[in-house]
Amino acid sequence: MTDLTAPSVQAADAVPARSRFPLHIAVFLAPALAIYTLFSIYPLIDTIRLSLYAGDETGVRSFVGLQNFYTLLTDPNWSVQFWNAFRNNLIFFAIHMVVQNGIGLGLAMLLSLPRLTGGSVYRTLIFLPTMLSVVIIGFIWQLMLNPLWGIAPSLLKMVGLGGFFGPWLGQESTALLTVSLISVWQFVGIPMMLIYAALLNIPDDLLDAATVDGAGPFSVFWFVRLPLILPTLGVVSILTFVANFNAFDLIYAIKGALAGPNFSTDILGTFFYRTFFGFQLQVGSPTMGAAVATAMLVIILIGVLIYLFGVQRRLQRHTF
Amino acid sequence: MTIRPGRIAVHIALILYTVLALGPIFLILINAFKTRRAIFADPLGLPNGQTWTTIGFDRVFANSDFGLYFFNSLTVTVVSLVLIVLIGAMAAWALTEYRFRGNTLLSLYLAIGIMVPIRLGSVSILRMMVELNLVNTLTALILVYVAQGLPLAILILGEFIQQIPKDLRDAARCDGVSEYRIFFSIILPLISPAIATVAVFTMVPVWNDLWFPLILAPGDGKQTITLGVQQFIGQYVTDWNAVLASLTLAIAPVLVLYLLFSRYLVRGLTAGAVK
Repeated sequence: MTDLTAPSVQAADAVPARSRFPLHIAVFLAPALAIYTLFSIYPLIDTIRLSLYAGDETGVRSFVGLQNFYTLLTDPNWSVQFWNAFRNNLIFFAIHMVVQNGIGLGLAMLLSLPRLTGGSVYRTLIFLPTMLSVVIIGFIWQLMLNPLWGIAPSLLKMVGLGGFFGPWLGQESTALLTVSLISVWQFVGIPMMLIYAALLNIPDDLLDAATVDGAGPFSVFWFVRLPLILPTLGVVSILTFVANFNAFDLIYAIKGALAGPNFSTDILGTFFYRTFFGFQLQVGSPTMGAAVATAMLVIILIGVLIYLFGVQRRLQRHTF
Repeated sequence: MTIRPGRIAVHIALILYTVLALGPIFLILINAFKTRRAIFADPLGLPNGQTWTTIGFDRVFANSDFGLYFFNSLTVTVVSLVLIVLIGAMAAWALTEYRFRGNTLLSLYLAIGIMVPIRLGSVSILRMMVELNLVNTLTALILVYVAQGLPLAILILGEFIQQIPKDLRDAARCDGVSEYRIFFSIILPLISPAIATVAVFTMVPVWNDLWFPLILAPGDGKQTITLGVQQFIGQYVTDWNAVLASLTLAIAPVLVLYLLFSRYLVRGLTAGAVK
């Protein structure tokens, strides 16, 4: 049997390692560590390294220190677009936090009502758009909102809001909001599911006790359930943050790399793509692209650190 | 059970939101089977004897390699998932079962990938793939997706492996079974229920991704279905039949799989794997 030819190091390895690292542990870990390090960690570190270089037309790279970041933040050719993308990304994130997570919380509250008929059917159906590709969702809504097809205006007319319709995706003033709401529409299922799971984990006796003590449904929600699901709301927030500051597909599918009209839907992901690959007359620059990616990395890390050390630590006190 | 007015309001709210969530998808699906005239004259109507047509699908198949794109996506997704589950389970097993120096450090190292999106390393990834001569190959995509999916898979599988009773492996060890054999013959078959959860978090993002196909494999017939649809619609943007048909073709497989397996997917999500 082949298994007997394998080195027969046994239960002894469950105790702390001795001088030699047990071979089988290394064998189990090696493939994951190799692929993860080579194609995930190394590229991230190499990107940070590249952001400190500048390349000329011949492709020769020279070390320039933090010059790229200085350019990115202060040179009007770059900084205007960078800060515009950053501001749009903040708005994109704020809309998700308020609308997506708000609706998600509301749906989860409804779905967690005791003895609700058809709860799993609602959950399955409402979660469905989340499974589809962002690109497909983008095209679907582009068609829905297309004045030429007229589905959105005629539906609005049915509920008496006909005059309200406009080419929302094409106007500078409404494009970002519209794109954000499309993304909200698609991903509302994720906060809904996570919060729903957290609500289910609250022991019934706790709610019963509160009710017996005379708390109304509103007080039960505000003083009992909400504090208990705060850790989950924290997780939902950080997941939203990372996903939003890394978003790209939806804007690219609906608006292209130029994130029009007039960069009004430009977020960091599309700005990174343009910087890296170039667009129209501007030539793409790997080193400036690396600088933008590093800036995004710093933004995401700041968010994650605020969550880990500010939010999560404080919230943990409320858990059981 | 008596019907309370409050309950009816709850159901009305949930039904309204469900309609909002499914309506747009439903409209795309029904209009894909209608003539151009019917699409515009009566967008909300179901296709009937007069308006029924599959001309959009005929055009999609005539003008693009949809079958090929579909096959590419399937290959990338399935191979990535198999590798993530196998390699991830091996690492999760090593990290949860054995105590060795550096264990915690390694777990933390692997956890970086859960929060930091690998996308931000794209500049270097593309450079590497150029050097390795892997641009416009499915291998490039698979390597990146495996690296991207491993951290979360290891976390989920690790939690799952911890719940497997210890007696099983201890009994095997007493019988002198090798560690490899314990993993491959005892542990691996037992973690199959966790695969559904891993699949939710790894397979769906891989199937739907646009970014890496766009930068690593944008041509040479190596497009995935998401990129293929994006390129196709860019070209045929005014041909409504073809656009609707291509969207339907992209939605249909996901829809069928989701409705078949939604029970497992939803269970995986609500099991609190990311708490």
